[in-house]
Amino acid sequence: MNKSSAPRQSLGELLPKLVVAPTFVVAVIFIYGFMLMNAWLSFSSSRMLPKYDWAGFIQYEKLFANDRWWVAAENLFIFGVLFIVICLLLGLFMAIFLDQKIRAEGAIRTIYLYPMALSFIVTGTAWKWILNPELGIQRLVREMGFESFTFDWLVNTDMAIYTVVIAGVWQSSGFVMALCLAGLRGVDDNIIKAAKVDGASMPLIYRKIIIPGLRPVFFSAFIILTHIAIKSFDLIIALTGGGPGFATDVPATFMYTFSFTRGQIGLGSAASMMMLMAVIAIIVPYLYSELREKNNEH
Amino acid sequence: MNIKRVLIYSILGFAALIYLLPLVVMVITSLKDLDEIRSGTLLSMPQALNFDSWDKAWGAACTGVSCEGLKGYFWNSVLIVVPAVIISTVIGALNGYVLTKWKFRGSTLFFGMLLIGTMIPFQVVLLPMARMLGFLGLAGTTSGLIMVHIIYGLAFTTLFFRNYYISIPSELVNAARIDGAGFWMIFHRIILPLSIPIIVVSVIWQFTQIWNDFLFGVVYSSGDSQPITVALNNLVNTSTGVKEYNVDMAAAIIAALPTLFVYIVAGKYFVKGLTAGAVKG
Repeated sequence: MNKSSAPRQSLGELLPKLVVAPTFVVAVIFIYGFMLMNAWLSFSSSRMLPKYDWAGFIQYEKLFANDRWWVAAENLFIFGVLFIVICLLLGLFMAIFLDQKIRAEGAIRTIYLYPMALSFIVTGTAWKWILNPELGIQRLVREMGFESFTFDWLVNTDMAIYTVVIAGVWQSSGFVMALCLAGLRGVDDNIIKAAKVDGASMPLIYRKIIIPGLRPVFFSAFIILTHIAIKSFDLIIALTGGGPGFATDVPATFMYTFSFTRGQIGLGSAASMMMLMAVIAIIVPYLYSELREKNNEH
Repeated sequence: MNIKRVLIYSILGFAALIYLLPLVVMVITSLKDLDEIRSGTLLSMPQALNFDSWDKAWGAACTGVSCEGLKGYFWNSVLIVVPAVIISTVIGALNGYVLTKWKFRGSTLFFGMLLIGTMIPFQVVLLPMARMLGFLGLAGTTSGLIMVHIIYGLAFTTLFFRNYYISIPSELVNAARIDGAGFWMIFHRIILPLSIPIIVVSVIWQFTQIWNDFLFGVVYSSGDSQPITVALNNLVNTSTGVKEYNVDMAAAIIAALPTLFVYIVAGKYFVKGLTAGAVKG
């Protein structure tokens, strides 16, 4: 109540700042402070318990000498590239087909997008059952008469990572479709009409005018998909548990295993710093180009 | 209808089938008994509608050491989601209001700071946060999880409201200010009545994110305080004797129902949230 004794004007000026102050403090501590603490941990000798000492690059050296880390990094690369490319292509084509004045468009869109509402744990559980070599798709196809059909990717060390791609694409491609569809609806009809008058065929119009016009949409979709890929943790835990062995480990599961079940906190934090670097490497150019575009508008 | 249209419709229909199939398989499997599962295939229909596995998933299946089904964990998730969604949305709305209508020196910088919070991989805050929760005495509690979800949801809710409020003409606010209306009065009388759509977007986004969260749940909760995603994963991976796929599927559907329901009822807003959270600025 003593605030009311202060001059009115300064209270009026102060109030908005007071309202955002808690969020500011939270951001400083829980985002930036924690990132710094985590960085420090990655330069410490921490094992079971966090220790705030200075051990130089020991944890990073251990990380880079760890085969399992390189398996995880390679898996992220395989998964990331396939997941992103397939999602973008599928999403684009479904959006183009859906944009042909389709009856029941709303219902079809709803079907394509519902997996996005599910938890990756649910998705992983469902696909684990479907891909199960004994009772899943393999059995289904064999019962249909193809006796020698084999589909055991889920338990096959070399192929298991591709099951993660399948489940991930199933979950996220509808989202790219929704983004692309919104983009297609934003294309100026007059340009298309003009091109038609000039005798251009529809495929040509798509290739030369519409799809290039969707560049910003692809860009945001790419950023989000990359983000999902780098952070992917739940899907792998639920679908393969990182196995067989550690054949489907990714950096996120690696970080979790070493930090929370193996008591290697320093190593875990070094792994998480590498994930941060990967995100920064992708986000910074994106923000840069976004800002440049905004400035050009003025 | 020419051949081209037929082709387009069949492609779209086929794709829809593929997207639906996992859900169909889940439902069919959950309604079969184990004998039917062993003798049939993914797509063979159940002999009768048999909800035993649903009962078991809800009230008796083993999730690690305890065998009381998902029931308790379902309510844990509700208890975490409700306060976390409400608080993060309210704070996000106020932040957005200040960041657009009461700008001050440094407010843009502050917004930029928050934006980065929507992009970091949460793995970089996991370890320090675990320490902080221990320090606050909140380790392994639902309150701790609520706090974590509020904190890391704020950046998103602020982003939603800020991007929405920026399109409300400032003249409206300035005129009210000249008439002597203050900060809260303007928020209450002018801004809030215009905010319904974005409130729905924010609530749906936060609800789905928090309900579906696994990372924070698995790291910061233990035993009785676990959310449903963690319990589902435990249920599926608890190996006591026979693998009960029907119970697994029933459990997965139970865990998915709330977000599916929201998606079907308010799908339009769901898509808006996804694209708003995605396409920034």
